[in-house]
Amino acid sequence: MPPVAVITSTPLTVEAAIHAVEGPGSGAVATFLGLVRDHNLGRRVLWLDYEAYAPLAEKALELIVQEAQARWPGARMAIHHRTGRLDIGEASVIIAVATPHRADAFAACRYAIERIKQIVPIWKHEHFDGGEVWIEGATADANDEAAREAALKIACA
Amino acid sequence: MRVNVKLFARLRELVGTGDLTLDAPEGATVRDVWQALVQRHPAAAVYERSMSCAVNLDYARMTTPVSEGDEVAFLPPVSGGSDAELR
Repeated sequence: MPPVAVITSTPLTVEAAIHAVEGPGSGAVATFLGLVRDHNLGRRVLWLDYEAYAPLAEKALELIVQEAQARWPGARMAIHHRTGRLDIGEASVIIAVATPHRADAFAACRYAIERIKQIVPIWKHEHFDGGEVWIEGATADANDEAAREAALKIACA
Repeated sequence: MRVNVKLFARLRELVGTGDLTLDAPEGATVRDVWQALVQRHPAAAVYERSMSCAVNLDYARMTTPVSEGDEVAFLPPVSGGSDAELR
């Protein structure tokens, strides 16, 4: 079985993520790619540097996979997240979800990206035209039930 | 006792290193380790309210006890995935 929760400095491919969730019981695969965009808050972005606490980040990704499998029975999920310097247009994260039926694949995929932003120890260092800034989002707490519920609500909206 | 402290992102830059060893008294908690860090590196204090922490690769609380040789990580607010908003 290819690994489903991966932190890596090498370029990501959709094929690898899909390969990790293949199975005869699947009727649908949804994928999500997060890309490096050339602008943010009026700044011209040149590149991003992603830093991870890799061993804890992989555990957090595994937790998200387990949460999704508990919520959507029969789901198989892979999350691959990149670290290091990424240029405009490169994929920072790829999620693949295989489920028996399509509605669950879309919902589980959305759930995963919301949860990644909440609990995975990865930081984005934005290098823009004129300077650099660390982007800071959520205070990570894997045991925060309210955050988990919020991600579920977005996924099932 | 000695614990191994790991720091990341802007917090790592403020302190000047991502890996350091700190002394803590027997029976110490994560909070005691944080206070030892801030005493030596006052710049870290800006993360007092927004950081989270982990002990030996499990998310923890400031009240979590630590032991000799533990890995204690202090984590600024995270921004993995894509398209995170600056706050």
